[in-house]
Amino acid sequence: MTHIDKSDSGPSVQPMVENVSRRAWLKGVVASGSLIVAASVLPRGAMAAWKTGADAMPHGTVSDPHVFVAIDKDGIVTIVAHRSEMGTGSKTSLPMVVADEMSADWSRCRVVQAPGDEVKYGNQDTDGSRSLRHFVQPMRQCGAAARLMLEMAAAKRLGVDVSEVEAINHEVVHRHSGRSFGFGELAAEAAALPTPAPDQIRLKDPNSFRYIGTGSVPIVDLFGITTGTATYGADVRLPGMKYAVILRPPVLGSKVKSFDASAALKLPGVEKVMEVKGWDWPAKFQPLGGVAVIARNTGMAIKGRDALKVVWTESPHAVYDSDKFREEMLATSRKPGKTVRNEGDIDAAMKSAAKVISAEYYVPQFAHAPMEPPVATAWVRDGMAEVWAPVQSPGGTHDDLCKTLGLPYDKVKVNVTLLGGAFGRKSKCDFALEAALLSQALNAPVRVQWTREDDIQHDFYHAPAVERIEAALDGNNKVVGWRHRNVAPSLFSTFMPDPKYQQPLEYSMGQVDLPFEIANIRCEVGEAAAHSRIGWFRSVRNVPNTFATQCFVAELAHELGRDPKEMLLELIGAPRIVDPRKTTVDLWNYGDPFETYPIDTGRLRGVVELVAEKAGWGRNLPAGHGMGIAVQRCFLSYVATVVEVAVDEKGNISVPRVDTAIDCGFFVNPERIVSQIEGAAIMGLTVAKHSAVTFKNGVPQQGNFNDYPVVRIDEAPRATHVYIVPNGWDVPSAGVGEPATAPFAPAFCNAIFAATQKRIRSLPVGDQISL
Amino acid sequence: MITLSVNGQEHKYDGDPSLPLLWFLRDEAGLPGTKFGCGEALCGACTVHVNGEAVRSCAVQMSDAAGKSVVTIEGLDPHGNHPVQRAWRAVNVPQCGFCQAGQIMQAAALLKQTPNPTDAQIHTAMAGNICRCGCYQRIEAAVRIAATGV
Repeated sequence: MTHIDKSDSGPSVQPMVENVSRRAWLKGVVASGSLIVAASVLPRGAMAAWKTGADAMPHGTVSDPHVFVAIDKDGIVTIVAHRSEMGTGSKTSLPMVVADEMSADWSRCRVVQAPGDEVKYGNQDTDGSRSLRHFVQPMRQCGAAARLMLEMAAAKRLGVDVSEVEAINHEVVHRHSGRSFGFGELAAEAAALPTPAPDQIRLKDPNSFRYIGTGSVPIVDLFGITTGTATYGADVRLPGMKYAVILRPPVLGSKVKSFDASAALKLPGVEKVMEVKGWDWPAKFQPLGGVAVIARNTGMAIKGRDALKVVWTESPHAVYDSDKFREEMLATSRKPGKTVRNEGDIDAAMKSAAKVISAEYYVPQFAHAPMEPPVATAWVRDGMAEVWAPVQSPGGTHDDLCKTLGLPYDKVKVNVTLLGGAFGRKSKCDFALEAALLSQALNAPVRVQWTREDDIQHDFYHAPAVERIEAALDGNNKVVGWRHRNVAPSLFSTFMPDPKYQQPLEYSMGQVDLPFEIANIRCEVGEAAAHSRIGWFRSVRNVPNTFATQCFVAELAHELGRDPKEMLLELIGAPRIVDPRKTTVDLWNYGDPFETYPIDTGRLRGVVELVAEKAGWGRNLPAGHGMGIAVQRCFLSYVATVVEVAVDEKGNISVPRVDTAIDCGFFVNPERIVSQIEGAAIMGLTVAKHSAVTFKNGVPQQGNFNDYPVVRIDEAPRATHVYIVPNGWDVPSAGVGEPATAPFAPAFCNAIFAATQKRIRSLPVGDQISL
Repeated sequence: MITLSVNGQEHKYDGDPSLPLLWFLRDEAGLPGTKFGCGEALCGACTVHVNGEAVRSCAVQMSDAAGKSVVTIEGLDPHGNHPVQRAWRAVNVPQCGFCQAGQIMQAAALLKQTPNPTDAQIHTAMAGNICRCGCYQRIEAAVRIAATGV
């Protein structure tokens, strides 16, 4: 904890550069060593009620209030948010945990965003639905330690034992005398104390939480967002800054052969055209290279780029045609693949089956398309680099900048702005590296802006997939065998040459972790090459895997004349722990211990039954309406969705209602959970109905919201209802940002079948049922 | 030289007259509240008011903005307390927040013209504004609250 004295608030600020001033303040105050005495860092993982994978992440967790909390003499508590804010609400929710544990009054707290510095703050990779899951415990410890330090300071002043005082609502009260001291009065003395040892710290009784679990806290940037004063990636302005856009190779693997900038340079305001370095693919998140146009503003840079003539080198990926590739993947899926889970004897089960039912599903490639296209500002000078960027992984960005620029750790600074959406795209920091390289070359601050076309045509795409499922039925129509083949290029193709197959991290998201009670199960993956950059998109491989498995369950139900929900519950089977670790090649449990987060079919059944009841499963529907259901254990949460569709006589589909139930363990901010799930319904509908990036001759065929449509307000579900399963502190917190995207598409397509008897096995639905 | 009024202040611009107003506002006038989302008038993130009407500033050339009165999110209300802004806060609308300036400017223009819009009128007016996070249910609720007074 730090005491802030306003007379000592660090270096003076440049008023035009809002982010610099914020950084200077942070550097001058929160990070200042001068006011911190004997900051002993809490042992990592101390006091954890449950063990997570957080400490296996780079730089683990930190919970020291000397790092995260500062109090000024007026009592304003400043709490550091070290995870990136992309819309999930973690910038509000984690500091709220600290505030609640330290008995602070939220209206007297403010939140500042940490720069990228994992050595100091612990892991900052805001990805994998991990922020609350991995940091709710360290942030509780942090708040509780801060509370104890304030209580110790008050007890010392009064000359009483610390057990006689208690922090309540931003002050510490002496129970016997009623004397009290505001947090501001105690700040200097409390900040001078060492961090208490873990065994001294007492966490609050969850029944006494004031904010956690209540959901009545506005997000911290609400005023800034609604007044246009919140700072996103493109909103940082530095003195003498140059504005750049880059023309990147149209086909992956191409490079600049030659270019003609004469027309571009004739445009008013266009200052310079230059080649920028690209890396040979695969190159993790290194830039693609191309030709940069620098101008007096972004608009003129775009006009200059439109006037460029560039000749590109040939690339082997120019053969990539996504329609042909789909046929190749289909052919692969019809042959045995590499076995990644094997239980019982699938061959015998198939041979002796009374009936075998099979289906093939396809999910295309798609782009993230966050509303804020990638953008970054960099200033490289005097052997130092400073970057302002909307990055999901500020620590990873920091490391990649050091490597790319050849600078040591302490000569690079990554300032994290708000992220205008991300969904996995901004886990890859190529845009920040581009800005830094251009700044280095131009010896000036540079902002690199991606246009929407850049974003859709140079994404790290969600991989296309073919999924083939076969079920063996015995004479009683019981499912006794399940073979699931999954063919898709691996996202590891971004990191290594030709991994050939999906890796454990990928097939463990909805394929091998199948929670069904079936005696004979085999999961296989088929070989597929990548011809574009592959990344991860919200809920990742759960999108195609859940689409396939949950549609297939509904197909089985139809085939057998059963109710889809009853069929689903029968396949899930009795409440139990499913443990596929022994029968799977390297089961990946979202990076967390299986013991903490087992596959619990009781909880899976629970959300199915809850959502079915709430949605009125089986109720009479108007003509043309249908309901579909799907469930998934996704990022360690259990989430089930019922979608109701209405299909008119022309085949136009609308969604009158969505119901989603989530069991995410102990939760902090239910209001933001609801908002995430409302949003997941809309993103899920976009994925189901519209999303596809197709390729011809290696070139993406879509470029903007005209040919890459997303759901708009007039197409959105009319009502989305969310039910959160209440849980105590004994049920470990699980992911929320991603899970609800996964069950939407299958629930939607199952609903279309219920309404029209038309089975959708290929996404997007597009005009497949239009008449 | 092009002269225009932005949030009640006179601004001058001496560059290419075909420059989209968006980039003048953002990069030259130092008003970054107006966002770039698509550049083709497809997403509404750059919505501002020109002579009182909601327009996509990425599709208005500086030559067409000459002599006009432009209002951006920064100038919608001197204290940031326009009824639409208050309604947005009452419902905790935003997730990432990036599109919200455009949404708010669009909603403010709608309510000025149609103080009590029907659901269909809200949909028609707001359909040009994309929210990729999917805050539409709350946007619709906030427009209704703003119409009835917060």
